[in-house]
Amino acid sequence: MRRFALIAVPYVWLLALFLVPFLIVFKISLSDIALAIPPYTPTLKDGFGALIEGLDFENFVFLTTDDLYYKAYLSSLRIALISTLLTLLIGYPMAYAMARAPQEWRPTLMMLVILPFWTSFLIRVYAWIGILSNEGLLNQLLMGMGLISEPLTILNTNTAVYIGIVYTYLPFMILPIYAALDRMDDSLIEAAEDLGCSRMSAFWLVTIPLSKNGIIAGCFLVFIPALGEFVIPSLLGGSGTLMIGKVLFEEFFNNRDWPVASAVAVVLLLILIIPIVLFQRNQQKQAEAET
Amino acid sequence: MKRLSPFNITALTLGFAFLYLPMILLVIYSFNASKLVTVWAGFSTRWYAELLSDEAFLDAARVTIKVAIMSSTLATVLGTMAAYVLVNSGRFFGRTLFSGMIYAPLVMPEVITGLSLLLLFIGLGLDRGVLTIVLAHTTFSMCFVSVVVSSRLVSFDRALEEAALDLGCTRLDAFRLVTLPIIAPAVISGWLLAFTLSLDDLVIASFVSGPSSTTLPIKIWSAVRLGVSPQINALSTIMIAIVTFGVIAASLVSKRNAVRARRDAQAAERAV
Amino acid sequence: MSTSVFAPWDDPDAKPLIRFRNVTKRFGDFVAIDDLTQDIYAQEFFALLGPSGCGKTTMMRMLAGFESVTEGTIELAGQDIANVPPNKRAVNMMFQSYALFPHLSVYENIAFGLRRDKMAKDKIDARVAEMLKLTRLEKFARRKPHQISGGQRQRVALARSLAKAPKLLLLDEPLGALDKKLRQDTQFELMDIQESTGTTFVIVTHDQEEAMTVASRVAVMDEGRIIQVATPGGIYETPNSVYVADFIGDVNIIKGTAKPAGKGKYFLDWGVNQAPILAASDVGFSEGQECHLAIRPEKITITKEKPEEAENTVQGKVLDIAYLGNLSTYYVQLPDGQIIKAQTANTRRLSKRGITWEDPVWVRWTATAGVLLEK
Repeated sequence: MRRFALIAVPYVWLLALFLVPFLIVFKISLSDIALAIPPYTPTLKDGFGALIEGLDFENFVFLTTDDLYYKAYLSSLRIALISTLLTLLIGYPMAYAMARAPQEWRPTLMMLVILPFWTSFLIRVYAWIGILSNEGLLNQLLMGMGLISEPLTILNTNTAVYIGIVYTYLPFMILPIYAALDRMDDSLIEAAEDLGCSRMSAFWLVTIPLSKNGIIAGCFLVFIPALGEFVIPSLLGGSGTLMIGKVLFEEFFNNRDWPVASAVAVVLLLILIIPIVLFQRNQQKQAEAET
Repeated sequence: MKRLSPFNITALTLGFAFLYLPMILLVIYSFNASKLVTVWAGFSTRWYAELLSDEAFLDAARVTIKVAIMSSTLATVLGTMAAYVLVNSGRFFGRTLFSGMIYAPLVMPEVITGLSLLLLFIGLGLDRGVLTIVLAHTTFSMCFVSVVVSSRLVSFDRALEEAALDLGCTRLDAFRLVTLPIIAPAVISGWLLAFTLSLDDLVIASFVSGPSSTTLPIKIWSAVRLGVSPQINALSTIMIAIVTFGVIAASLVSKRNAVRARRDAQAAERAV
Repeated sequence: MSTSVFAPWDDPDAKPLIRFRNVTKRFGDFVAIDDLTQDIYAQEFFALLGPSGCGKTTMMRMLAGFESVTEGTIELAGQDIANVPPNKRAVNMMFQSYALFPHLSVYENIAFGLRRDKMAKDKIDARVAEMLKLTRLEKFARRKPHQISGGQRQRVALARSLAKAPKLLLLDEPLGALDKKLRQDTQFELMDIQESTGTTFVIVTHDQEEAMTVASRVAVMDEGRIIQVATPGGIYETPNSVYVADFIGDVNIIKGTAKPAGKGKYFLDWGVNQAPILAASDVGFSEGQECHLAIRPEKITITKEKPEEAENTVQGKVLDIAYLGNLSTYYVQLPDGQIIKAQTANTRRLSKRGITWEDPVWVRWTATAGVLLEK
């Protein structure tokens, strides 16, 4: 009896505040925009029959006709993929170095990685504005050193977005890879070298495959949220930076077109389902392998 | 003692420099008397004074902290319940849906969560304000709490609960007197995580807050969209200082506990 | 007539403390306990012995209340306890992993159960002090579990489980984590405590030496069934099946066909060119029935010269010798390939003993030394 209550409370909460809202988004994606409050039609007030009748896929069709949307989806995918790769290239060596560090350093190194994670995400992205702008510190430094004569335009371009995503999500890449490398048995490297591997090939043939799980986890933890990012492309990207999170936000607040915004959300969710399911599957396989 | 190779040391140094330089620069420039990044006009704390006398900011800070405390506490309770259910209950009706709902917010883009919740609140006719933000934050935070607590519960020895029952506890007492004290560190971590997430949330709050319930992130956002703002530098420095202090304190505490535990174990083996 | 021998199971008027009646326990398709009926009497030290998966732990957990009964009834002091939750039973358990509460001191661990009963503070104090004295832990009352050694933790677990003076104490492999010397000392301690407190103990173990040392009766289990229940002597000397004979201690099993040879005696035809073995048996066998002779190595004498008595003598060659300090076990290979183990105490020094590898020897035993078993 009591167990029922224990399951029921969080369950009902989630049904009400998670599942139902999604169903509403889906329903509104099938509605039309209206000059009313709420700014869509039909609503429940029109009666259930009229509700079903008034729903159509018009908004989804609209998404395919205006190439802003499909360009934004593709651009988001591209940006998320490139950022994930860059984060991996920077995060892996750091995680590797941490895993090889002497034991006394580990707690401090961990702390150094975790501290940015607890600091406000918004502030950390904002910090780059002052660095990357035309009058920013980076350009000042480069011009002061005589390396360039004209300021580099980095802010409000895709490059700044890459830097922003890598910067923000770096801890999410480092931690799972570090965990995987830490678990690895050092004697495996010694065995490889004993059997004739050079340092480099031992690394490629043994270390990398064994840290595969950490790499995969880290990549998913960066790619999936990066796909739907809003803050970074808005603050650091320009009007030419197309990311779907930004498009959704602007569609909703600036154009007040809730039905189209909902349709954008539904399509984004559908795109995300594939990596999410893959990620869940991978986590499950890993958990089973460990038992 | 292993020494790190030069390559590894370089990787770490460059990496951490990349991570920390922007924050350090923020802190430095918060003391810049000039508004501009291009000019260093001398050391000054005027931005802090301006910030701390700005009523709008202080109001937003108050709202943000209030919302954070309420939502993180509620999220911790719900998240711990969910974690307990997921780890200890075997199959039950609708379990797949439940665990799906619990883990989805981890990967869901905030714009979608925010949009869906706003549509719900509008549909219900709920006025947007502190209540709606708390509801929204609780919902997405509880899944993070659940992840943290359930990873602790998985390694929790169930024999301890059985021993409590065997000695006369009701199920609730067994949880309260035995399980909870032992998993307390994980529950507290969960609370801290939920608190930070709530404190830091911009997107969802933008969707579900009302005119009288502006949060700090929203205020920061409207300030920084126009570029660098020295008051924001000052605010950032304050926030970085608080977090740094907290993380270092937590790190020292856990180090001290580890040392103590090791010493106790050694003493135990000697004093047979 | 000895009135001081404890054997309530032989007394027709004695009422058992625990009754299992046709108890079956299923986990899905897997049958963990199969139609089990058994009585356990008060003040017994009852051992459940068997290999992993035989159901002994499940039986114990059903007594504790952590597993429900699929079919059948379990009675404790005459009452059906099927619906009584574990916190309301007069049963306490000592867990295999000890399950000491890490956040509470030794004192608080022991007092835990007493506090649930809302006992008065001074009574709790007195009882905990009594338990600390019983388990010699007075000096460690304020310490936490991680500040004491493994042996001490085991004693805390025992003290905690006895604090409420339960009618029945369940011990789940309590000595598994201790080293051999400590284990032996603790076994005797457990027996002392059981006698002095008068509690009924039910112990689960896979260690047959442990069961034989501490128990008043041993139940040998396999695949959810109790194969035999008897005193340690009874289990060892009169096993009821090859399984039990083989499970406890070392044994030689000789297979053959029976032929009646007089009152309570049978001939066992067991090998080509071998004289039939004479064995005494209370159990009846029909002519030609397949049966097994179970005979313990220490009941077999080994000599270089042919023994004078004619019955049950066999010739063979020493294949191997296992020297154990106080005993030697000789592996004697018989002409047809079978190996018989003969064990003797090393009453003479190494250099003076006559038998060595490859020696031709004679082994013999008396007609009453072994047990004839059907299967």
